[in-house]
Amino acid sequence: MSGTEVKPRATPPEGPSRSQSVLREIASGNALAGVLAVFLAVVVGSLMIAITDEEVRASASYVFARPGDFFQASWDAIWGAYTALFRGAVYNDRVDDFATQIRPLTETLKFAGPLIAAGLGVGLAFRASLFNIGGRGQMLLAGAAAGWVSFTFDLPMVVHLPLAIFAGMLAGALWAGLAGLLKARTGAHEVIVTIMLNYVGYYLVFFALSRQGLLQAPGSANPKSAPAHDSAILPKILGDRFNLHLGFVLALVAVALVWWLLNRSTLGYRIRAVGENPDAARAAGINVGRTYTVVMLIAGALVGLAGANQVLGTVTSGVTTDLDAGIGFDAITVALLGRSKPLGILGAGLLFGAFKAGGFAMQASEGIPVDIVLVVQSLIVLFIAAPPLVRAIFRLPAKEAK
Amino acid sequence: MKLVLRDITKRFGSLVANDRISLEVLPGEVHCLLGENGAGKSTLMNVLYGLYRADEGEIVLDDVVQHFSGPGDAMAAGIGMVHQHFMLIPVFTVTENVMLGNEATGFAGTLDLDAARERVREISSRFGFHVDPDAIVEDLPVGVQQRVEIIKALSRDAEVLVFDEPTAVLTPQETDELMDIMRQLKEAGKAIVFITHKLREVRAVADRITVIRRGAVVGEAEPTATNAELAALMVGRPVELTVHKDAPQLGDDALVVRDLRVVDALGQVHLDGISFTIKAGEVLAVAGVQGNGQTQLTEALLGLQDHVEGSITLDGKELVGRSVRKVLDAGVGFIPEDRQTDGLVGSFSIAENLMLNRSFRSPFVRRGALRRDALETFAEQKLQDYDVRAPDIHTHAGKLSGGNQQKVVVARELSRDLRLLVAAQPTRGVDVGSIEFIHKQVIATRDSGIPVLVVSTELDEVVALADRIMVLYRGQVVGIVPGDTPRETLGLMMTGERPKDVVA
Repeated sequence: MSGTEVKPRATPPEGPSRSQSVLREIASGNALAGVLAVFLAVVVGSLMIAITDEEVRASASYVFARPGDFFQASWDAIWGAYTALFRGAVYNDRVDDFATQIRPLTETLKFAGPLIAAGLGVGLAFRASLFNIGGRGQMLLAGAAAGWVSFTFDLPMVVHLPLAIFAGMLAGALWAGLAGLLKARTGAHEVIVTIMLNYVGYYLVFFALSRQGLLQAPGSANPKSAPAHDSAILPKILGDRFNLHLGFVLALVAVALVWWLLNRSTLGYRIRAVGENPDAARAAGINVGRTYTVVMLIAGALVGLAGANQVLGTVTSGVTTDLDAGIGFDAITVALLGRSKPLGILGAGLLFGAFKAGGFAMQASEGIPVDIVLVVQSLIVLFIAAPPLVRAIFRLPAKEAK
Repeated sequence: MKLVLRDITKRFGSLVANDRISLEVLPGEVHCLLGENGAGKSTLMNVLYGLYRADEGEIVLDDVVQHFSGPGDAMAAGIGMVHQHFMLIPVFTVTENVMLGNEATGFAGTLDLDAARERVREISSRFGFHVDPDAIVEDLPVGVQQRVEIIKALSRDAEVLVFDEPTAVLTPQETDELMDIMRQLKEAGKAIVFITHKLREVRAVADRITVIRRGAVVGEAEPTATNAELAALMVGRPVELTVHKDAPQLGDDALVVRDLRVVDALGQVHLDGISFTIKAGEVLAVAGVQGNGQTQLTEALLGLQDHVEGSITLDGKELVGRSVRKVLDAGVGFIPEDRQTDGLVGSFSIAENLMLNRSFRSPFVRRGALRRDALETFAEQKLQDYDVRAPDIHTHAGKLSGGNQQKVVVARELSRDLRLLVAAQPTRGVDVGSIEFIHKQVIATRDSGIPVLVVSTELDEVVALADRIMVLYRGQVVGIVPGDTPRETLGLMMTGERPKDVVA
């Protein structure tokens, strides 16, 4: 009988693994938590601005003699920094011409476009309980594919531009779908696979950009491709005075489509079911593995849209390995802050677009290092990822135990 | 030691889990705390054990008011708890488990195992537990593991012993043995609190009975009260405890299982060549102690198991090797044994849960989009038909009580076009009122000519529903017997013994 030994279970089986439930809590925390995290990050950011400011430090040396100076200097530094951020990101009141006044806002929107698209890609995967860390690799592959189409063919714009965008989305989809397929077939953890595919993707693109006959511009020795043909470049939507291009509109369309997918389609229903309770989904006849693969394909296509957006809109002078501009990772923050919901991601993408646009202005006009903005962004993630910390700071009630 | 709980009140947010509950337990007495799941029994005991702090009220031991800030304080004061799910470390020996948290140490922190072993032996022999101090806990049967828990409490000189639903995992024989142990402990002067919702056990062992419902004491009863009286107190209205059913109208063989063998990924054999048949219009109940292959049987029927050999045919069609979706499409309804894991998505609304296994085609799907109107109309209807107590169809399933969650699952499965119903532990963790309802639904399904497979570890349920009973032991069929087989025979079969007059 030894082979057929079946032991009675004294304890019930564990629920979904702890790491999954923590991830779910982080990715689906309530809106208040997001707002509080941003608030806390700004407060801590203010402290850092004050500490790094020359005048503040000078006045700190005689703070007990004249505390007023110290507080005045601190206030000036912080106020100056955040108003500069605002001027750089939304509205510049220091110039007369209206177009120049609202130029910062259009810059924000331009930066927000790819952040929103890639944020949707990460957020959609979150909804299926998948952690897509592979945004960078997916963007690079997508950018390379879109770039190749953009400088290789000579076609009318109505064909060429959609084809280039499609190529980018397809490349992103396949690169992410690979991770989904590996997870579905072998159980390989998507976090590890997507991280590793970032490296594979980076060096693959780097290699192609360094070889004549592959992606490298003819006659060049730099790891850079030829510039995109005009017929494949995303048109500027507010005229040539502004850099804002069609990519932002495409991102808005993506928000609407993903919203419909998640809330109104049966595929989205199944994605959510698999994300919330894969056991119940399986028992209900939903193929969990196939759903993982499909989710990653769509997620990769969305990140791919961000990659195409960069190559065909923001930097059209040729594909380089810098094309992702950190968006692949910022997208994770955007998705977290947006609670993996399309409209939340739209809001978070706009906020981060503003940080990007305003960060440069802050450095230029106030001499505050742009790194402060990065610190604030990182702190937002930190506070979102530590819900008990935020709850403790604001004395919010803990989640009811069942 | 005399235990008095005085006006204990415990709130969770707006929910009052315990509303001024008072309880008195004398030495040498078994005091039964009877109530449905969710009535607040476990909350009360967690207050007593120092896991929760009461908002109001006090705990008095021998006229001294206690202030527990954790289980350590409660233990030190002489309260011992035997949990529903054992708090034992499977790979440790009995002795190591007993001393855990209270280790006797010698020079430089070395463990004094000998002293602890002696203590286990002494307690074991005093109460006739027959527990080997050096046995590895995971090798012991569940009933013996429970005794280890009791020894653990006694080794810390517990004078008040709390048994929290102790019989859920035991065979009928083990349950009887536990009853004997409780009587012995009583004679030794211990005060015993026995928490349960099983009426039979209450009447077998209790000296006094306190019934709680919705967090408040609703009455005391004598052990001589009838089951019907106790059940009515628990539920708050008269309850039909027996299921009325007519003789089955048997049809042809519908589900035919031949030489079914299920092996898991680790190569462990869970079902070893079992065969049975269910006719249309018949309930076959599978009895057995939990963990003897029942889970694997239902999962194999659904296509949820990967390594299945043998054959399962439903109305002549082979099901082995089909995907879960194809099995469901063939008309198999499934009430899983753990509804929270396999039956529901807690964060989905009731309506969304009602379409969980119908997300591929009409009536709730049209060209890839959800038909929310159709779903909502359907959900409103089912909420009414199945008496699901919920604010509305948008309530998250996870927020419902066990009984109402189960009704959602039952509503979903029975509203499909079924050719077989597989119901695993259909009333586990479900209140008495809902049990009555669900049992009626199962019988109604049978009477409409659908074959039903019920898996249950509760003998009461097996006997109430079955036309025939199949007993599983260690992955094999001990025997298939008529529904009116005496409990004693069934209990014996559940331990793997086949009585002479039973043929497999």
